[in-house]
Amino acid sequence: MLAPFMILFIIFTVVPVLMSVPIGFTDFNMVQKPNFTGLSNYTALFLSDKIFIKSIGVTAVFAFFTGFVSFVLCFLLAWLINEMPSNLKTIFTLIFYIPSMANVYSVWKIIFSGDINGYLNSFLINIGIITSPIQWLTDGNYVLGTAIVVQLWLSLGAGFLAMRAGFQNIDRSMYEVGAVEGISNRWQELVYIVIPSMKPHLLFASVMQIVSSFTAGTVIQNVVGFPSTDYKAHTIMTHAYDYGWVRYEMGYASAICMILFIVMYMANRAVNRVFGKYTD
Amino acid sequence: MSNIRKNKTSCIKMGRKKGGTVLIFLFLSVLGIFMLFPIYLIFVMSVKPVEELFIFPPKLYTLRPTMNNFKDMFEIIRQNRVPFSRYVFNSITVTVSVTLFQCIITSTAAFVLAKCRFAGRKLISNIIVISLLYQSNVIYIMQYMVMAKLNLIDSLLAVILPLIASPMGLFLMEQSISQIPDSIIESAKTDGAGLFRICWQIVMPNQKPALLTLIIFAFQSSWNVQSGAFVFHEQYKTLPTVVNQISSAGIARAGIAMAAAVFMLVPPVVVFTLAQKQIIETMAYSGIRS
Repeated sequence: MLAPFMILFIIFTVVPVLMSVPIGFTDFNMVQKPNFTGLSNYTALFLSDKIFIKSIGVTAVFAFFTGFVSFVLCFLLAWLINEMPSNLKTIFTLIFYIPSMANVYSVWKIIFSGDINGYLNSFLINIGIITSPIQWLTDGNYVLGTAIVVQLWLSLGAGFLAMRAGFQNIDRSMYEVGAVEGISNRWQELVYIVIPSMKPHLLFASVMQIVSSFTAGTVIQNVVGFPSTDYKAHTIMTHAYDYGWVRYEMGYASAICMILFIVMYMANRAVNRVFGKYTD
Repeated sequence: MSNIRKNKTSCIKMGRKKGGTVLIFLFLSVLGIFMLFPIYLIFVMSVKPVEELFIFPPKLYTLRPTMNNFKDMFEIIRQNRVPFSRYVFNSITVTVSVTLFQCIITSTAAFVLAKCRFAGRKLISNIIVISLLYQSNVIYIMQYMVMAKLNLIDSLLAVILPLIASPMGLFLMEQSISQIPDSIIESAKTDGAGLFRICWQIVMPNQKPALLTLIIFAFQSSWNVQSGAFVFHEQYKTLPTVVNQISSAGIARAGIAMAAAVFMLVPPVVVFTLAQKQIIETMAYSGIRS
């Protein structure tokens, strides 16, 4: 029963992954035969690539907001939606999930447009908060913030839906038992009944949030440009894109992706440990 | 009918104050407006006449809505060497087969991983999470090499097969199934039920929310899949590939691009709404279950 899945999974996922790991130790450029270069890609990354070092900080800030904050937001919204009557549940879930279905985030460029007629600028000028337009997409002070807003808008995705499913799957009898044992409001119900029985969905959502927040790149590049002003919104994945698909230094790009994987793996371990402590 | 039953059950919930519910509604509505605003802009732009698209300052509405952008989109697709219906047929084939096989194969495997004890179970679970976390831009190249070895390049199978064994779907189902008490499965075994029957007659009916969520994910990913570098012949390309081709052709196609976005959004939204309705129904009946 496991075989059909494992066969397809090994052929189309495991084998390509295993084949791609050694590339990080070569100088592969997509044209010539790759030469083995040992750890030189990795030493170059940490010792002479200043932009890579900078991108680590950017990724950390970006992942905190679009990963951790967004995870909390997903849970909060999934819970609040659960408190609504059932017809409104469907409508609100659709409203919050629709950005993940529509591939249209580039419309934010019109909203953040830097002239006085950009939607956000003209709104802020009209209500008197600012007097001259702000260059949301090019000013180094704002590009990271702008990218975070767009990614947050997109981030109520798989994790959010899984949590909604989790809320619907909590057995009614659990609430009834809780009521008998003296639970008297929404908060107590959340802490004593809901969260303990949602652990699997929370774990799933956390992996999804880690993946989407650490590997964000395309969205940022499309919204604030590539490269962004002063590399202020230059994430590790953008850096890998730069070396992989602009300079065709695939070996170096693979090394960057490997480091990102190690970071994500450790983040996931840390999250698992926190969940383990909370639920035991 | 089902509405009445649901209202009854929601009264059982303890300590619900009317005021709190209204406050939550207001909070969700305000945030909802923020979420919907960009989507609203797309809708408006898709029905704006071309001469209004570039007016400054840009307007939030149009007084002369038109379907011209949609008409132009179909007109451009029609000029291709392959009829429009061929792309639709390809996309429907991909979407239906991926959704169907992914749900069956992935959730059966998830059941085995979550509920059967065997050596290497933990290892497989770990490999699946690792494959979710490992993202590299060379994987695509390696996938191409694997498919070339298997002679799959330039066929619809090259689009379908990689999507069926979804590690994300497996992880979702495995997590969700792990909540079911082992005792239920043990007692079914002593009653002489086979593993496949236990999976689909006892476990899956209990997993409706997760299974329907999986359907949403599978449908969405396969409907939006671009045939990309794996397909060269025009007659095997999927709808998103051709829609992306016409809408990325610069500013002259701005209106058409918005129309294309709206057009592509309709099927996933319909499937999503139907599935969510079902998911929410589950709540009303699970009380009877226990």
